Amino acid sequence: MSGLRYVYAVCRPFRSALQSQLTGVAGQPPRQLTHHGLIAVYSVVPERDFAEEPLRAHLEDLNWLAETARAHQGVIDALTVVTTPLPLRLATVFRDDSALRTMMESREEYFLRTLDRLEGRVEWGVKVYVEPRPEDTEAPAGKPESGRDYLRRRRLSARDHEYIWQEATEFAGRLHATLSSYAEDSRLHNPQSRALSGAAGQNVLNAAYLVPRGDSEEFVELVDRTKDEAPGMRVELTGPWAAYSFTGEETNEETDEETGDEGP
Amino acid sequence: MTVIERREVALVDLLDRLLAGGVVITGDITLRIADVDLVRIDLNALISSVNDNVPSPFGELT
Repeated sequence: MSGLRYVYAVCRPFRSALQSQLTGVAGQPPRQLTHHGLIAVYSVVPERDFAEEPLRAHLEDLNWLAETARAHQGVIDALTVVTTPLPLRLATVFRDDSALRTMMESREEYFLRTLDRLEGRVEWGVKVYVEPRPEDTEAPAGKPESGRDYLRRRRLSARDHEYIWQEATEFAGRLHATLSSYAEDSRLHNPQSRALSGAAGQNVLNAAYLVPRGDSEEFVELVDRTKDEAPGMRVELTGPWAAYSFTGEETNEETDEETGDEGP
Repeated sequence: MTVIERREVALVDLLDRLLAGGVVITGDITLRIADVDLVRIDLNALISSVNDNVPSPFGELT
């Protein structure tokens, strides 16, 4: 079988079949490769698009990136229905089956340990935004009457912003502490840039929480209850996700060092 | 709250996970793609692309 192996996830063998119509990246169906007590879920993809150089070029193309990310997520979602997958990072590509087996062999212990830890768990994403205030979007009422008036306005505005910022980080810190104590594990992602997300307001918390599937409803209620606690803040929940942010010692340490974790 | 509303997953939330999360495998046997530099490159591309189409309606808060 020629072509490269694009791997989505590693998991334990599962009984139920995946949807028969499921397609992954490059429109290719997901296949399974069994090695000892593990399976890798992968698609055979063409070298012309997935060899290192064309892949790098493609990843610069937003449409291609979006399409590939969604196809990857589609397979992970389908796997989540039948098992607990350990998702691999986007665009993990192997030369052939033998290279894939070698990797599974060398990481067998880590995969088994991590799959045990994640079994039956899902990830929830929680984001906190400072809502844009009306005066941020409207033109200021009239021109300043004088230099002194101008400075007064500037000072007020700077103080307002500082106050809002402090309130927001305190709220985000409290929320993160509450949710962390409920969840088994948590990770802070970098706050999302507004240009990137297109979301209104400034993102001050972008966190992921690992929660047993059976406790999810309660977790969602917990998030929901906090929503009305702080005027001027918006709380957004995403999920349930496969445990992308909790794949363990092999992920970036830098996801732990962000801002927003300044709660009491 | 009984029903969890599911909208289409936002690309930016997906990329947070697919480019900063997931198991990173490196080594001679893989075509090594997943690293931090790449994330930066992609997000820059993404930002400029989003900016072209959807200018942010809000000024910076800080």
